[in-house]
Amino acid sequence: MEPTLTFFSGFGINDFWFLGEAAMRTMWISILSITLGTLFGVLFGWILYEGKLTAALTVAPVLDVFRSVPLIIQLVLFYNFAPIVGLNLDAFASGVAILTIYAAALVANVARGGIEAVDRSMRRASRSLGMTYWQDLRYVVLPIGGRAVFPAWVGVALGVMKDSALVSVLGYVELLKASQILITRTQEPFLILSIAGAFYFALSFPISRYAASLEKRWAQ
Amino acid sequence: MFDYNFHWRPVMKSLPDLIDAAFLTLQVAVLAMIIGIIIGLCLALIRLHLKGPLYWFASSWVEVARNTPALFQLFFFGFGLGAFGLHLSPYLIVLAGLSFNCAGYLAENFRGGFQAIPDTQMRASRTLGMTAWQAYTRVVIPQVFRIVYHPVTNQMVWAVLMSSLGMLVGFRELSGETQFFASRTFRIFEYFAVTAVIYYVIVKLILGAARLLAARLFRY
Repeated sequence: MEPTLTFFSGFGINDFWFLGEAAMRTMWISILSITLGTLFGVLFGWILYEGKLTAALTVAPVLDVFRSVPLIIQLVLFYNFAPIVGLNLDAFASGVAILTIYAAALVANVARGGIEAVDRSMRRASRSLGMTYWQDLRYVVLPIGGRAVFPAWVGVALGVMKDSALVSVLGYVELLKASQILITRTQEPFLILSIAGAFYFALSFPISRYAASLEKRWAQ
Repeated sequence: MFDYNFHWRPVMKSLPDLIDAAFLTLQVAVLAMIIGIIIGLCLALIRLHLKGPLYWFASSWVEVARNTPALFQLFFFGFGLGAFGLHLSPYLIVLAGLSFNCAGYLAENFRGGFQAIPDTQMRASRTLGMTAWQAYTRVVIPQVFRIVYHPVTNQMVWAVLMSSLGMLVGFRELSGETQFFASRTFRIFEYFAVTAVIYYVIVKLILGAARLLAARLFRY
């Protein structure tokens, strides 16, 4: 008898590695964009704090747009806009670019809150002790304000990690896209989605728990 | 470098359809918020007052909703439930996914709100002869409402933004409709640019309305 041809094959150990690799790609794109986004975000936050009126008229509305338009729309727009101005970016580069700006827009508010959390008299005191403006920022504002908003920053970072799932619309094979590819082949959506969900949960849950416990300890 | 011709005419022609779709977006977001608030309130009260299996159920709901991507949750309602022969329509997928997600996030907000009200308030009102129900609805809830008002409006904005994920499960709300038109005319950038503007306007309208309402509600 001739063996029947099957299109669908079961979920095997190789597929597990496939998902693991995809999880690594999710981590990689998240770490890259969170790092870059935090750097830009802190810079924007500082601009928002220092340049009151000018910043409110220039940087603030632009950052606001990135927070008021769905990320998926931003990704599709950017991916289709880049070739218009002659940039040839692949899905990964476009994803990183948009996730970075998105993260920066969210971090900017957190960073401004951090600077505002440092008492004015504290900063005056450090300046009277002969510190320069930058020393004051580095040795007084950063440790105190940074500690005050660290939990909020973790929330933003985890949010960006979860939102990196949307880069799959551009065709970048991260965790969720990989699970969709496997579902198409194995026809076992429940099992595979559960595994993908468990991966996300394993990435996100310990960090959010750790941040919550830090917040509790620092609050004392 | 700039040899792309923008064609806005097809977009303008389908603008009425996009506006209709925007109302669908708003409708699903508002419904999801109402369901989310009801379930979130239940989850928060369970986590505050109960122990045992119900507590674990509520906690896992909250943690899964907060630690996995919203898109994953939508896929789960879309494809994951399909494994059990339960096939929801795109509208129901988005509504269920959004409600699940909103309930998880709102539960944490509500829990924080309830914890912020000192126990003494409840005891004082009981001492004054109020029944438990009266004390709850006339003393505790109004104060919690004030605390959670801003987080809830933020969640409303997130619900609108998240509903854009409906595009990936075949729901023709604002994003899905845009993609439908864009793939028919290949004017992807123009369509999504207009959609981004519509989302921006919706978000600003919600925030503006929330501010007006807050000014009326919290006069004292």
